Amino acid sequence: MNFMASKQPENSLLGPEADSQRTLYPYVTGTSVVALKYKDGILMAADMGGSYGSTLRYKSVERMKSIGKHSLLGASGEISDFQEILRYLDELILYDNMWDDGNSLGPKEVHNYLTRVMYNRRNKFNPLWNSLVLGGVKNGQKYLGTVSMIGVNFEDNHVATGFGNHLARPILRQEWHENLSYEDGVRLLEKCMRVLLYRDRSAINKLQIAKITEEGTTISRPYSLKTYWEFSAFANPAQGAVGTW
Amino acid sequence: MFRNQYDTDVTTWSPAGRLFQVEYAMEAVKQGSAAIGLRSKTHIVLGCVNKANSELSSHQKKIFKVDDHIGVAIAGLTADGRVLSRYMRNECINYSFTYESPLPVGRLVVQLADKAQVCTQRSWKRPYGVGLLVAGLDESGAHLYYNCPSGNYFEYQAFAIGSRSQAAKTYLERRFESFTDASRDDLVKDALMAIRETLQGETLKSSVCTIAVVGVGEPFHILDQATVQQMIDAFEIVGEQEGPAAAAGQEASAEPEAEQGGAAAGEGVAPMDI
Repeated sequence: MNFMASKQPENSLLGPEADSQRTLYPYVTGTSVVALKYKDGILMAADMGGSYGSTLRYKSVERMKSIGKHSLLGASGEISDFQEILRYLDELILYDNMWDDGNSLGPKEVHNYLTRVMYNRRNKFNPLWNSLVLGGVKNGQKYLGTVSMIGVNFEDNHVATGFGNHLARPILRQEWHENLSYEDGVRLLEKCMRVLLYRDRSAINKLQIAKITEEGTTISRPYSLKTYWEFSAFANPAQGAVGTW
Repeated sequence: MFRNQYDTDVTTWSPAGRLFQVEYAMEAVKQGSAAIGLRSKTHIVLGCVNKANSELSSHQKKIFKVDDHIGVAIAGLTADGRVLSRYMRNECINYSFTYESPLPVGRLVVQLADKAQVCTQRSWKRPYGVGLLVAGLDESGAHLYYNCPSGNYFEYQAFAIGSRSQAAKTYLERRFESFTDASRDDLVKDALMAIRETLQGETLKSSVCTIAVVGVGEPFHILDQATVQQMIDAFEIVGEQEGPAAAAGQEASAEPEAEQGGAAAGEGVAPMDI
């Protein structure tokens, strides 16, 4: 009785924070997404892990989805917020299709729409806890951009989220060039994903690579990368630094 | 149009299945001063006749820029036109802000038409008394639409609305097949000719008309008076060269033929590459 009675007033004293509908911290999260522009369009890679804190709980989470005819969205961060974003985009594309005229929303438009959504949520102190990568091709024009949970957005020839920014981008800065072939692009992405696999503890060895071109989107079947653990540094990691683990 | 017992409000049907208030609204468009529009594959030209009430006053603004890629010319109740232009500007700017992309004119026109339709189905409203010629660029090219007070909209290669627009329409009907591939300057010339038709003999000068252009690589803008006067002078000169019957300011019927001949021959000699 007493217990119940005290719950009510406390709630109202909290004022706006009484709204239990906000994201305060993420629960089930995806790790890095990496993407680059290549000759025919965009290549994007993400693993299929959904971590629950430090537990690698879900291992078949598809973190890249095709949006409309011209776009591909990859997300890291809170998986439920990603699913919410997919619902928003579903509605957006639906209304776009319902016009039934010759016009359609391209990757640039979708990217800017997402930027508005993310920024407006941030302003209400109720962010969608994701970092998004939006890529696509329309009328021969390739587009690749990213939006963060606070609404920071930009376009570039290669983008990444989370750990990808620290581990993958430097590789891409060195090795990316205009008009990569499909094979070279995939090889480059796999190189990045392998580094992330070795060094990011939330990464799992089950990934998908998605490609979007003027013709459409293809998301590969899940597969794993070959890894090599026999490096001498791995064999005796404490050698250089006594007391380390 | 005769007064009858079914025309008091817009939500009353006549036994013949007509909404008289809507038809009266379309009459208001016919009474306004003329506005014309024509398009090629890449450009659209809007023109209108601007008559000031008196020498002391300025003339009414009938052409509005809605966005870099969309403009509108109105005929009828200009106050209604202004309000609708503000709505269109708002829609364009909101779309641009959200999507960083220009609003496709086809969608704007449908939104406008739906807005007009609402006023034909509410007893406490009245239809907008203005016809709009909406010119805009889309992914699929250049478009010209006519929005009616009834809530209908149509796409046109060329069109004229307002008083004495029939004369302009006749001219446009004769010439429209050449518009698709016409150059921008030829299109403006045709617009000026069409406006001249509605003036019924009055001299065409840049003070009585306004011309606006929008095209691929050319944002919507209203041409300044000096440029318009130059273009008028250019083809009027050619008209005079072509023979006595074609003297400028003569009967409207004689002129179109002579102009056509003049324009055709003139393209060879033309001093209009100014």
